[in-house]
Amino acid sequence: MSELKNKPAHNKGFWGLLDLSNALSSFVAIATGLVVGFFVLLISNPADAAVGFTTLLTSGVSDLKNMGQVLYFATPIIMTGLAVAFAGKTGLFNIGASGQFIVGAYCAILVGVRCSFLPGIILCPAAILAAIIAGALWGALPGLLKAWRNVNEVISCIMMNYIGMYLVNYLIILTVYDQRRNITRAVATHANIPTWGLEHIFKLGNSPSSANGGIFIAIIAAAMMYIILEKTVFGYELKACGFNKNAAEYAGINSKRGIIMAMAVSGALAGLGGALLYLSGAGKGIDVVDTLAMEGFNGIPVALLALNNPLGVIFSGLFIAYLTVGGFRMQLYNYAPQAVDMIVAIIIYFSAAALLIKGFIQKIGKNKKIRAKGDA
Amino acid sequence: MLGVTKKFPGITANDNITLQLKKGEIHALLGENGAGKSTLMSVLFGLYQPESGIIKKNGQIVKVNGPNDATKLGIGMVHQHFKLVHNFTVLENIVLGCETIKNGFLSMGAARKKVLDFSQEYGLEVDPQALISDITVGMQQRTEILKMLYRENEILIFDEPTAVLTPQEITDLMVIMKNLTNQGKSILFITHKLNEIQAVADRCTVLRKGKYIDTVVVAQTDKEKLSEMMVGRKVTLEVKKPLIEPGKVIVDVNGLTVKNRLSGKNIVNNVSFKVREGEIVCIAGIDGNGQSELVYALTGLMKADNGCIILDGQDISHTTVRARGLAGMAHIPEDRHKHGLVLDYNLAYNLALQRYYEPHFQNKGFLRYGEIYAYADGLIEKYDIRSGQGTKTPVRSMSGGNQQKAIIAREIDRAPKLLIAVQPTRGLDVGAIEYIHERLIEERSKGKGILLLSLELEEALGISDRTLVIFEGQIVADVDPQDVTYQELGLYMAGSGRKEAMA
Repeated sequence: MSELKNKPAHNKGFWGLLDLSNALSSFVAIATGLVVGFFVLLISNPADAAVGFTTLLTSGVSDLKNMGQVLYFATPIIMTGLAVAFAGKTGLFNIGASGQFIVGAYCAILVGVRCSFLPGIILCPAAILAAIIAGALWGALPGLLKAWRNVNEVISCIMMNYIGMYLVNYLIILTVYDQRRNITRAVATHANIPTWGLEHIFKLGNSPSSANGGIFIAIIAAAMMYIILEKTVFGYELKACGFNKNAAEYAGINSKRGIIMAMAVSGALAGLGGALLYLSGAGKGIDVVDTLAMEGFNGIPVALLALNNPLGVIFSGLFIAYLTVGGFRMQLYNYAPQAVDMIVAIIIYFSAAALLIKGFIQKIGKNKKIRAKGDA
Repeated sequence: MLGVTKKFPGITANDNITLQLKKGEIHALLGENGAGKSTLMSVLFGLYQPESGIIKKNGQIVKVNGPNDATKLGIGMVHQHFKLVHNFTVLENIVLGCETIKNGFLSMGAARKKVLDFSQEYGLEVDPQALISDITVGMQQRTEILKMLYRENEILIFDEPTAVLTPQEITDLMVIMKNLTNQGKSILFITHKLNEIQAVADRCTVLRKGKYIDTVVVAQTDKEKLSEMMVGRKVTLEVKKPLIEPGKVIVDVNGLTVKNRLSGKNIVNNVSFKVREGEIVCIAGIDGNGQSELVYALTGLMKADNGCIILDGQDISHTTVRARGLAGMAHIPEDRHKHGLVLDYNLAYNLALQRYYEPHFQNKGFLRYGEIYAYADGLIEKYDIRSGQGTKTPVRSMSGGNQQKAIIAREIDRAPKLLIAVQPTRGLDVGAIEYIHERLIEERSKGKGILLLSLELEEALGISDRTLVIFEGQIVADVDPQDVTYQELGLYMAGSGRKEAMA
C-alpha cells in the first residue's frame, strides 16, 4: 500500500500516464482537425465529399489487410515520434530525426545485404544494432555541438539531415546499389524482422498485409523510454536538465553530458525506426533521390499530438498511419493525393494547438472545482 | 476605499478592508507576503473589480474600471520593478505616453522645462539627457516619481520602494517623500520594513491574511506592536545568538578573480577571506558588485580565472559542482526559481535534488521511490514545509516562503561544513525571515561555517559575526558588526570609504 501511496502525481503507473485532460485535449485537437478537413473536401469536390470522408475515416478498419497496413505505416513514425518526444522531454528539439532515420536505414540495409552469410538469428539483430548505433552517432553530433559550442540544435540538426541524405545516396551507389531501379538492393530475406504470425491475421483473402514484428519492437521501445524517463537516475537528470538547466547544474548534474546523451538516445530511436521500415519484408528500398525522409518529419506531429508522452506516441502514430491508409483509398473518389496530404496536414496543424487546448481545459476544470467548493 | 472585499476562487484576498488616505499624509500599508496588499492596489487601479465595497475620492464615489481611469483620478504608482525603457533617456521615459506633439514632431522643450522645475521643487536630482541604462537605481526611481508628477498625479503609491536602494539613497527617498506631502500630495507606502514606517509614515494600516487589522498613528505605537499586528504573534526582532569562539578555518579563499568574458574586466577582483567553524561571515554590498559571480566561482558554477579555494584542507579550486558538494559545501542560491528548484518537479523530487544519486536513493541506476518519499516526508515534518499535497505538490504551486524552506531544509540536511546562503530572506515576510535566521544560527551553533551574502543591512549586521563589504568586485572593508554604524557601512557599500578601509 505504502508503495502505491508514495508514487508521485505524474506517475500513476503506466496507464495513469494518459492523464485525462491530456488525452482529452489531443482528442479535441483531432476532432477539430477532422471537421476542418471535411470542409476542405467539400470545397474541392462537393459531390464525393461525404463518401470520401467516410472512406478516410473507415478504411483503416475496413478489412484486416488495411489494419495490417496501419501497423506497418505506424511503426517508423512511432519511432521517430519517440525520438522527438525523448529530446523534447529534455528540453531539446530534435528536428534531425530525418537524417538519423536515413543513416540508420542505410546501415541496416548495408548489413542486411553484405552480411547475408550470417544466420537470420544473428543477421537481423546485427542489422538493427547497426541502425541504432548509426542513428545515435548522427544524433550525438548536434548534441556535442550544442554542449561544447552552444550551437543551436535546430540549425545543426537540419544541416545533419542534408548531410545524412547526400552521404547515404553516395554510399548506396558505392555499396548496395541496384542500378536498374535506382534503389538499394534488396536485403537477404532472413535479414528481415520476423512477422511473428501477423501475416496470418492481417490479410485479405490470400493477400497478406505488410504488418510485421517491427510494431512490437516499437512498442517495447516506447515502454523502455517510459522506464528510462520515469524510473531511472538517468531520466531524473535528463528531465531536470530539460525543465531547468540552471537548477540541474546547481545540483551538480553535468548538463553537457545530459545534452549529448539525450540527443544520442533520440537519434538511436530514429535510427531504429529506419531499420524497422526497411527490414519489414515489404520489399522496400531507399530510393536514390534528393529528398529528405518524410518519416523523420512526421515524427514531430506524432510527438506533438502525444504531448511527448511515450505511451501517447504509440496511439498518435497509429492514428496518423490510419489516416495515411484512409488517404490511399480516397484516391478512388477522384481526390488527388495532395488533397489527402492537405487534410492530414490540417489535422496535424490543429494538433499543434493541443497544448493550448490542454491549458484551456485545465483552467475550466479548475474553475468548476473551485466554484463547487465555494457553493458547498 | 471602504469595505472592499475581493474573493478569488478558494480564497478571500481582501475581506472587508477599509483604507482612508488623507490629503498630504504618508500612509503606510503593512502586511506580510500574501496579506492582500497587492490585491488591494489592483482593485484601486481597476485591474480587479471587488465583490463589494466602494472607492471614494474627495467624498465622491468613483468607479475604476481600469488603469486609465486610475490615471484620470490622479493615482500613480512606482512599481517595485521599474517600468522604464532602458535605451531611452530620462526625459523620454517621463513623457512616454503623454508626449506634446507639434506638427507631427515631438516637442520636448516644454517637457524638459517642466521636468527640471519639478526636480528643483521636490529635490529630485536627475539628468534628463542621461540614458536609463547608465544611471543608478536611485535615479531610475526618481525618474519614476517624476513620471507621476509630470502626469499631475495627486495620490502616489510606492510599492516597496526601498528594496533596491542603498542606505543613503533610502534617506534621500524619505526626504523626497516628505517634500511631496508638504506640497499637498498624498502617499501610500507599501512596505514590510518597520524602520521605514517609523521614519516617515504618519499613519499605518495593517493587513493580515486578507483581513483588515487596524489603522494606527505611527507616533503612538512601536515596532514590536506593529510586527505583532502584522504577524499575529510576538516576533523577536532582535536576533539572539549564543557566544561561540570560532574554531578552525573551514574555507580559505585566496586571490579569487573572475574576469568578464567580453570586456576582460575583473568582476570579482582578487577576493580573499576565511570562514571559520561556528562563524557567520557576511558579505554585504549593493546588488551587482560581483556577489553573484563570487558565489558562482565558489560553488563551481563558473570557472574562476585566478585564485584558490581550500575547503577543510582540500583544494577544490578546479573541481566540479558535485565534487564541491561532496567535499562539504552547501549552497542556498540567490534565485530560488532559477537555480534552487526544478519548479515542474514535485516537492519530494526537489528535496532529493542534491542526494538522488546516493546509494540510499538509487539501486543500479533506478530511483528508489519509497526512500525518496520517506526522506521528503521527514524533511517536511522537521522543517515545517507547508504545501497543498505534501510530497506530491508541484513546487511551482507553493508559496515563496515554503519554497525557500524546502531549499534550506535540503541544503542544511546535507550536513555541510560550509553553508553559502545568498540573500536567503529575499522577498520573504517577517515570520519566514525569523525562521531562516534561527536556522542559520542553529547551524552556527553546530560549528558550521556560514557565508552569508546579503543586501539588507539589518541582516548583514544583525546575525553575522564578521561583515565584509564588497564593492566593484573587491572586498573594501572587514568590520566587526558590533562597532560599525549603518551609515559607515553604507559609505563602504557606495565605495566612498574605500581608501580608509584599505589603509
